[in-house]
Amino acid sequence: MSENFSTDVVPMVNVNIDGVDIVVPKGTLAIRAAEMIGVEIPRFCDHPLLEPVAACRACLIEVEGMPKPQPACAQVVNDGMTIRTQQSSEVAKDAQEGVMEFLLINHPLDCPVCDKGGECPLQNQAMSVGRPESRFEGEKRTFEKPINVSAQILLDRERCVSCARCTRFADQIAGDPMIELLERGANQQVGVADDQPFDSYFSGNTVQICPVGALTSSAYRFRSRPFDLVSVPTTCEHCASGCSLRTDYRRGEITRRLAWENPEVNEDWNCDKGRFAFSYLTEGRITTPMVRENGELRPASWPEAIDVAARGLAHAGASTGVLTGGRLTQEDAYAYAKFARAILGTDNIDFRARATSVEEAQLLRSSIAGTPISVTYDALEAAPFVLLVSFEPEDESPMVFLRLRKARTTVASIGAVVTRGLSKMGGSLIAAAPGDEATVLNNLSADVKQALTQPGAVILVGERIATSQGAASAVAKLAHETGAALAWVPRRAGERGALDAGALAGLLPGGRPLTDASARVEVAAAWGVDVDVLPSAEGLSGDDILQAVSRASLGALVVSGVDAVDLPDPAATAAAIRGAGFIVSLDHHHSEFTQEADVVLPVALVTEKAGTFVDWEGRSRPFGQVFKDALAMTDATVLGMIANAIGKQAGAWDIAGIRRELAGLGQWSGAREAAPSLPNTAMTVDGFRLASWRELLDAGVMQEGEPFLAATARPVAALMSATSAAQLGSPATVSVAGPSGSVVLPLVVGDVIDNVVFVPMNSTDCSIYRDLGARIGSSVAVTAGGVA
Amino acid sequence: MTLTPVITEHWDQPDLYTIDGYRRVGGYRALEKALKQDPDAIINSVKDSGLRGRGGAGFPTGLKWSFVPQNDGKPHYLVVNADESEPGACKDIPIMMANPHSLIEGVIITSFAIRANHAFIYIRGEVPNALRKVANAVAEARRAGLIGKNILGSGFDLEIVVHSGAGAYICGEETALLDSLEGFRGQPRLKPPFPAVAGLYASPTVINNVETICNIPYIIDRGVDWFRSFGTEKSPGFKVWAVSGHVNNPGIFEAPLGITMRQLLEYAGGVRGGGKVKFWLPGGSSVPLLTEEHLDLPMTYEEMAAAGTMLGTGTPMIFDETVSVVKAVTRWLEFYKHESCGKCTPCREGTYWITGMLENFEHGHAKESDLELLASACNQIAGRSFCALGDAAATPFPAALKYFRDEFIAATNSPVDDEFDPVASYIYAGAATR
Repeated sequence: MSENFSTDVVPMVNVNIDGVDIVVPKGTLAIRAAEMIGVEIPRFCDHPLLEPVAACRACLIEVEGMPKPQPACAQVVNDGMTIRTQQSSEVAKDAQEGVMEFLLINHPLDCPVCDKGGECPLQNQAMSVGRPESRFEGEKRTFEKPINVSAQILLDRERCVSCARCTRFADQIAGDPMIELLERGANQQVGVADDQPFDSYFSGNTVQICPVGALTSSAYRFRSRPFDLVSVPTTCEHCASGCSLRTDYRRGEITRRLAWENPEVNEDWNCDKGRFAFSYLTEGRITTPMVRENGELRPASWPEAIDVAARGLAHAGASTGVLTGGRLTQEDAYAYAKFARAILGTDNIDFRARATSVEEAQLLRSSIAGTPISVTYDALEAAPFVLLVSFEPEDESPMVFLRLRKARTTVASIGAVVTRGLSKMGGSLIAAAPGDEATVLNNLSADVKQALTQPGAVILVGERIATSQGAASAVAKLAHETGAALAWVPRRAGERGALDAGALAGLLPGGRPLTDASARVEVAAAWGVDVDVLPSAEGLSGDDILQAVSRASLGALVVSGVDAVDLPDPAATAAAIRGAGFIVSLDHHHSEFTQEADVVLPVALVTEKAGTFVDWEGRSRPFGQVFKDALAMTDATVLGMIANAIGKQAGAWDIAGIRRELAGLGQWSGAREAAPSLPNTAMTVDGFRLASWRELLDAGVMQEGEPFLAATARPVAALMSATSAAQLGSPATVSVAGPSGSVVLPLVVGDVIDNVVFVPMNSTDCSIYRDLGARIGSSVAVTAGGVA
Repeated sequence: MTLTPVITEHWDQPDLYTIDGYRRVGGYRALEKALKQDPDAIINSVKDSGLRGRGGAGFPTGLKWSFVPQNDGKPHYLVVNADESEPGACKDIPIMMANPHSLIEGVIITSFAIRANHAFIYIRGEVPNALRKVANAVAEARRAGLIGKNILGSGFDLEIVVHSGAGAYICGEETALLDSLEGFRGQPRLKPPFPAVAGLYASPTVINNVETICNIPYIIDRGVDWFRSFGTEKSPGFKVWAVSGHVNNPGIFEAPLGITMRQLLEYAGGVRGGGKVKFWLPGGSSVPLLTEEHLDLPMTYEEMAAAGTMLGTGTPMIFDETVSVVKAVTRWLEFYKHESCGKCTPCREGTYWITGMLENFEHGHAKESDLELLASACNQIAGRSFCALGDAAATPFPAALKYFRDEFIAATNSPVDDEFDPVASYIYAGAATR
């Protein structure tokens, strides 16, 4: 990717700061140059990722030749400049002290009851550069406290120092300028419009960058003092963005999560789901193994449960299907890939708990699995053109959205809706009704194709590519023809890791084709098993596994972390669960599968184990164990115990050993399966075609127990074009009906292709699979009226 | 020094505000001349004239114009700052009321010179009568072919937009004015980039005061030498002086720069009731006050600076001995506190603190040591705020303390109203009681 980046050498300039000569890149701000020699200039409004505003004046320094002290946060250093900070200049020191005194005049100094106390830049800097005592004897300005700028974000206006970090973040980074400074002078305050709360997916970042305790979250307010918390660096488990987080806990319970700086991935940000959705970790745990006896699940000891599982699976052997969901760490997914092949002797394994296609699996095996990192966040930022296919970044990978927005690159999206996210990226829509993506991809204009031939151009494909026949094939062809880099952005945190670990039929770890004998030899050697133990023919996909189980042509099912509501055919799933001969369910929470399982084995939560998520780039995002004394075992450890009970060995089942095996295997360099080349089939649909995806904040099980977060979700509604709405008589509500039922939703008119209706896939009281029996691209009947 | 009415010459003509009335006295003659010149020649003439901005800062106008990059492929804009809001300043609004076409003629010539095809006149929102006058004049000029496409066959196109402010003093600060004009909340912008490079809509922009622009037609029509025959080397030309306060005949007097306050006082009929000048401001509340001893100083940019003050808007305010300086300074600070935009800490918090302390003096609650605290707080604002509003707010108290320390000390013992009957200082008080 080196050709994407400018090879121009940045000119350097000489500058003297406090008597120290240093050489810095041209354009460096004085405040950063000073940091390079270890001088920390106080600051409030300054933030490295926001445009300088020079409003707080806390960073005033003396610049030789300038009559007045200058704000270091906005002062670009020029060659030969002489700068004196508070370390060597009385003028700077006096100016900084003066500003600090002013800042405290109207600040309540309620530090003992303030959430920020103990980690507060105002508190810290008042101690380090302020006067010991205030000379202010007047009356402080007060406000009614607090006000809700959203259900989640609370504002105590009297604490605000008007640094405008929050408003600049909302405007410059998130593109959601719903908060703004209002009024004048000492009455200046952050506020929202009466009917427009700060319902941004990224609102929590403002709490984190607030340099005082003015912004707090409903979830954390008054819960704890920072100095009572233990902090652990972690990786977000919610999506494939791969954000670095800091998880803070106290007395065995998570109190909050913060975005942690990672310039290559999430920079300084994360989304509100990653920040606030963690109650699920503490509520509703399965605490003990269970076995089914006389039709009822009852608690069992680990040895008994392992024994029952081992006997059942040994009996079924290769006649077993393995479904691993999309949320496992790479190490655990690898353990399932190994367990299926080396212990059970089957290739029936699928990590995809969602709508899938054979064509998608082909694309993943041929072009994604076990490939080196090529398209990165930085590459997106440098890309001259990015084409999105069946992918809504703001909902499905928020950090990709933020980076594309930051890049101000040219973005085009093949889809049916001009979304808020697409507008905020300044992107354009290449209209394709759901199901028609392949046709549109095969008939792109010369301009778009030309744009894709530029060095550094990228095609980003979402997991919904699987819902449109021929689209995966068309994408592969387009990338091949134009030379554009292809990247796949799944939604779930574990999908890419599972793919690279070989938790997909036809695929062994490192992108190795199962059908390739030499690949099998390499893997068998790594696992310490005879190569003949491994299956050599491609197994069943997830859909086929469920079909086969319900027909009893498969004897057993091993399931981890799959929710039936995520699967596109609820009836088939229910039939499979009922019809399965033997189910072993490894999970931490109950699901439709655990309820009907023959053996339930509780496994560790993400906070109770170390592991690795592989983000959409293919970048490993390893993380450590938050709760070091947790007793729960990982999926891999439990699978190792079952293997042992079955009486088979296959290498390591512990995290260190698995990591060694993965590293030893590396990536496949041999021949790969060909890219899919299915023809597109024209869709004929009566009435409306259904467009849908999972919104970032919806009815997902990992968001349970977070009412404040849920209240900032986008309103559940049916979205359609003005023309389509007019044809229905522009009613306030519509009923959307599919094969198995209907939902009544408020009608919202938007920039949507005519005769397409968008309905969120899995929001409150609105699941297209469960409630409509419909899929993306299905024909649905939309009629006026009904009570929402 | 005699009065030299130029801008105000025909203000007694009842229909001067109409295009016919203006043309009858030679209006738009300069425009015809200008359109035949090379734009750079006009810029050079204005440079050579030495005209300095009449909005308060006194920056050389021609130099400002020359900062606009030419042939840069971007649109250029002229913005006229008609947001006259400075306490004591009342000159731009009378000009727009009496002779709006002189402003429009200046706008067209200036736009031609800086290659702007779009000009904006940003008028203070509280003066709808001035706004109507200017808007009518723009409409008249458009009908006469002086605005629009191919003005007077020159090939030059110009649109003029008259825009009303919404009542914020900060919008007189030129970059805050640009934000306001663009539809944002008016707060000053970070410089650089300066407006000449990236101003309105991020394009090169010249921002000039009303009176400054009104000088342009006369410089073009009558020449640089004529203009330089008024005033001094560093402060050439004439000025519309608006004298207010405790004088018998407050009003507008146009005279060369360099006239003294004592001479202006004579034109204004002297201090009311034959009283004495206690203190006075050369141009708005944002410049340090002077006393009787300064009445004979020439009122030029350089002499005022030498005396520790500034010419400012050139709208002197006279205060006689009935006025408490403590009270006057407190009123000014209350104004700045109210008008501080809130963007930067020193101005936002400093005006809040200082005003509170001054109110303590006014009500007799202060102690003598508060004087040093006040001076220190003012020092912490001056030169450290984001824009000149903070500097202006830090100005009144130190100057007042310099000349009237005793009065502040006296105020620590009793409320100022005890010493200075507020009714006696009212403008109408003279008629009522003397």
